[in-house]
Amino acid sequence: MIGLYVPGSTLVHRAPALAKLGLLAVTIAVITVLQEPWQLAAAVGGVCVLFLAARIPPRMVWRHVVPILWLLAIAVPVQALFAGWTAALMMGGRVAASVALAALFTLTTTVSSVLDACQQLLRPFRRWVDGDRVGLLLALTIRCVPLTAEIVREVIEARRARGATGSLTALAVPVIVRSLQSAEALGEALVARGLDD
Amino acid sequence: MSVIEFSGVEHSYGERPVLRGVDLVLGEGRIGIVGANGSGKSTLARMINGLVTPDRGTVTVDGLDVARQGREVRRRVGFVFTNPDNQIVMPTVSEDVAFTLRKSRLSKPDVAERVRSTLERFGLAAHAEHPAHRLSGGQKQLLALASVLVAEPSVVVADEPTTLLDARNARLIGEMLSSLEQQVIVVTHQLELLDGFDRVIVIDDGRIVADDTPDAALGAYRSLIA
Ligand SMILES: Nc1ncnc2c1ncn2[C@@H]1O[C@H](COP(=O)(O)OP(=O)(O)OP(=O)(O)O)[C@@H](O)[C@H]1O
Ligand SMILES: [Mg+2]
Repeated sequence: MIGLYVPGSTLVHRAPALAKLGLLAVTIAVITVLQEPWQLAAAVGGVCVLFLAARIPPRMVWRHVVPILWLLAIAVPVQALFAGWTAALMMGGRVAASVALAALFTLTTTVSSVLDACQQLLRPFRRWVDGDRVGLLLALTIRCVPLTAEIVREVIEARRARGATGSLTALAVPVIVRSLQSAEALGEALVARGLDD
Repeated sequence: MSVIEFSGVEHSYGERPVLRGVDLVLGEGRIGIVGANGSGKSTLARMINGLVTPDRGTVTVDGLDVARQGREVRRRVGFVFTNPDNQIVMPTVSEDVAFTLRKSRLSKPDVAERVRSTLERFGLAAHAEHPAHRLSGGQKQLLALASVLVAEPSVVVADEPTTLLDARNARLIGEMLSSLEQQVIVVTHQLELLDGFDRVIVIDDGRIVADDTPDAALGAYRSLIA
């Protein structure tokens, strides 16, 4: 979702976001309770089929899978030491399948459709929560990730340029100040774009 | 073309007076506002769509009071900020443009079509699905402009829209603003942006000190800052 969306028109892309979100939750729950290795193998196979069906470029798959492999490279042997190789591989398979599924969701679902899903989900509760607001909040949170990353990068560069190193406060203060400033400006821009109600 | 009217407008931030009695009727297609840092240009510009409301006096757009009918006013007046990063809300280019239309009653296919044609017009069609934060500075400002114009306002106010851009992108944004059918009001320190404008207003320490054709007003401005 964080700008990771891979455009496409496959069934996986076109499926309603709400349905995908629901399926994702249910599938991950099922994967976690699977006991038999053959069941898990089938689940992993299913995930692979979905990736193929969504026509995700191998490069993107790789980018998402590598970080998980790192984690598993450490976690699986440790687990094997305590619980034996079967249990360790089961655990590794569960984690890999779940994370891969979640990645598939973000790769095939736009933020706007997640927002719409969020609104639909909250519709029965509209007397208490404003779905539009929640959706907007979600969008802004996602939007703030690259913004804040950028601010941190700039502040670190500015410090380096001045030859300063050292305390964490010296980093935190300008980052917080700049973040608040850009939050204020973003708020103003939202009003200007007619979202003040 | 809209008519924007300032009458007896005064404004201070705390104790500090920023606008000291501004009377203006803006009806031309291309209007520039220039002045030194801190002279009150941004405050004046923000008042046109009610982001700042005057302490004394009134500002109206086509007879609508910005202080009391802010929402209606903002539907007519689009605002472009200096830093597009603060204006872009959604992660991808097309989503950000579509975001402006969330509250409109257009159907989904209509929204998609409007977004598509707007991106086309601003030369961003190839970037429709790209993350907005990866665009270049010039492209981000184009996106900010596209996101404002997709709502079809009748006035576009831009506060130093080219300050953060290199000369080439500044020219690109300037040309884009000039090509709009909308009424355009630009605050700027880059005087070449005002070539071909109908009227330029010079503000100094909260007062209008010149209000004329670009040549005459910019002449007055140059002698003021000399
Ligand atoms: N929100 C605010 N709170 C307090 N003071 C403010 C605020 N906004 C602006 N000011 C002050 O009001 C004065 C006029 O500000 P304004 O932003 O209108 O000037 P400007 O002409 O746009 O200047 P610049 O060319 O630097 O953008 C400045 O001295 C500024 O410090
Ligand atoms: Mg300003």
